Amino acid sequence: MEIVIIILAGILIGAAVYLMLSKSLIRIIIGTAIMSHGVHLMLLTMGRLKRGSIPVLDEEVSNYSDPLPQALILTAIVIAFALTAYTLVLALRSYRELDTDNVEEMKGVPHDD
Amino acid sequence: MTTNILPLLPIMIPFFAGIIMLFVGKRPIAHRVIAAISGLLLILSALWLVVHVYQNGTIVTFLGNWAAPFGISVVIDMAAALLLTTTAIITFLTVVYSYQSIGIERETFYYYVMVMFMITGVNGAFSTGDIFNMFVFFEVFLLASYVLITLGGTKIQLQEGFKYIIVNIISSNFFVLALAYLYSVTGTLNMADINVKLEGFDGNYSIMSLVAVVFLFVFATKAGVFPLYFWLPGSYYAPPMPVLVLFGALLTKVGVYAIARTYSLFFIDNTAFTHQMLLFLALLTIVMGCIGALSYTDMKKTIIYNIIIAVGIILVGVAMMDETGMLGAFYYLIHDMIIKAALFMLVGFLIYRTGETNADRLGGLIKIHPFTGWMFFIAALALAGVPPLSGFYGKLFIVQSAFENGQHIAAIIVLASSLVVLYSIVSLFIKAFWGEEMDFNTLKPVKSGKILFASIAMVIVSIAFGLAADVLYPLFEMAAQSFYDPSSYSQYITEVE
Repeated sequence: MEIVIIILAGILIGAAVYLMLSKSLIRIIIGTAIMSHGVHLMLLTMGRLKRGSIPVLDEEVSNYSDPLPQALILTAIVIAFALTAYTLVLALRSYRELDTDNVEEMKGVPHDD
Repeated sequence: MTTNILPLLPIMIPFFAGIIMLFVGKRPIAHRVIAAISGLLLILSALWLVVHVYQNGTIVTFLGNWAAPFGISVVIDMAAALLLTTTAIITFLTVVYSYQSIGIERETFYYYVMVMFMITGVNGAFSTGDIFNMFVFFEVFLLASYVLITLGGTKIQLQEGFKYIIVNIISSNFFVLALAYLYSVTGTLNMADINVKLEGFDGNYSIMSLVAVVFLFVFATKAGVFPLYFWLPGSYYAPPMPVLVLFGALLTKVGVYAIARTYSLFFIDNTAFTHQMLLFLALLTIVMGCIGALSYTDMKKTIIYNIIIAVGIILVGVAMMDETGMLGAFYYLIHDMIIKAALFMLVGFLIYRTGETNADRLGGLIKIHPFTGWMFFIAALALAGVPPLSGFYGKLFIVQSAFENGQHIAAIIVLASSLVVLYSIVSLFIKAFWGEEMDFNTLKPVKSGKILFASIAMVIVSIAFGLAADVLYPLFEMAAQSFYDPSSYSQYITEVE
């Protein structure tokens, strides 16, 4: 089970790298979002996926799942969500201001009109 | 064992100040007052922490009363306390500096709120004892810095801000990945607990070298270490000067602090690989920074490349990981935060006064600004490390440690970089203040009382820091101890268990 998820994370990161190497702002942003999904899957896998038990630690319980990676991934997802939202707004604003969404043209020191 | 609220004050004061300002609404004068008051409160609370840590040793508090290693702990050792104090002083003076320089539009649109949230994140990253919590605080100050770098929406800000954001999002993703690896290897996220577990483990450590490389990738991107500094000169050039003061003085230094913390606590076994790699990259950083600093006559660019040189010098001390090296690195870290803030403030004053960023177009300003000019000269000497000013002691210890460890090339590169720093800054001084007089009629009639007050106060802090090196030595000895002797940092965890 773990190996499948790790390969899936690898595919996601590969797709993310492909998107981030393109020249359109929106594709780059989608690339970062997909990259964060791949990384989060890795984080989840690191806590071992299937132990078949509930995440409760008690004196009588000997077999339990590790709840920490799930708590961590929740935090990381919220942060990634906020970042994606902010970058999308920023991309819209720079498209209006710079009249381009091509990163090739975002070079040098532009002057305000 | 209850939660002690006092060590949390440096995180809570700016956070609540930011929230209050959001509720006050778009009233810039109220924002100014609240920001300045919270800056003063920050200085007071940080100084109290320094005194308390000096008398009683490291303060540890457990959030929500969950004992370490299960809950999040906030650990303030002397290193954290000194960094918090420096951050507080820089915050207060930058807020004062902003009054006349940032412009009323940005002030209306929550500039001070974002400054306060950024300081929340920076202080949190300095004082947390939990590596995942450090990631969260990194994101807090990065998000605020994304807003600060683009606030105002000029073309260059949007263009360079977008690059800055993408670079930092990618490195933050790698931070999560590094945490995942670290957690799967050690099974804990508390930094002291990781240290204790790794000290007591006598199996194969080789996986930790991989984790070390991933962590270095993350923090090197944030700190601007070769070869990952490529985004720094362009992005730091874009925002207005007060934002640049905060970025240049604080943000890269958080990355350096994180490298020092993780490399002293986690990567203790295979130092022949990890610390040699760090030293090699640090030396290349110094060389690349020197090339950059020499090749520009633009005042902002020159000082931005000086940030990169300083990061390299601090990391040379960190890579030595002995008492002298850490003492020097830590002293130089604090010195560099103060002096970079001072220089950016003075250069900002020149840019606001003349409307030019290129030093070649200035000249003869010593006639109308003699005092500022000589302050700039003192700041330049302090940056290059002329005794008895503050840059000298840090470099002395770093070079001494490099010679003691047989790293002669490292020591020589650090010494030679001082000459480059001196040349690059003093040539700015000569071009701007001496030489043929520029046309003084083109000077802008800006109100500059508060700008000059903040800049000169910052230079005076730097001079006092250099002259008081003798008095402050015990504090820095304590601070360096938690790096070269990590068990002094992590002993609280064994007391809990």
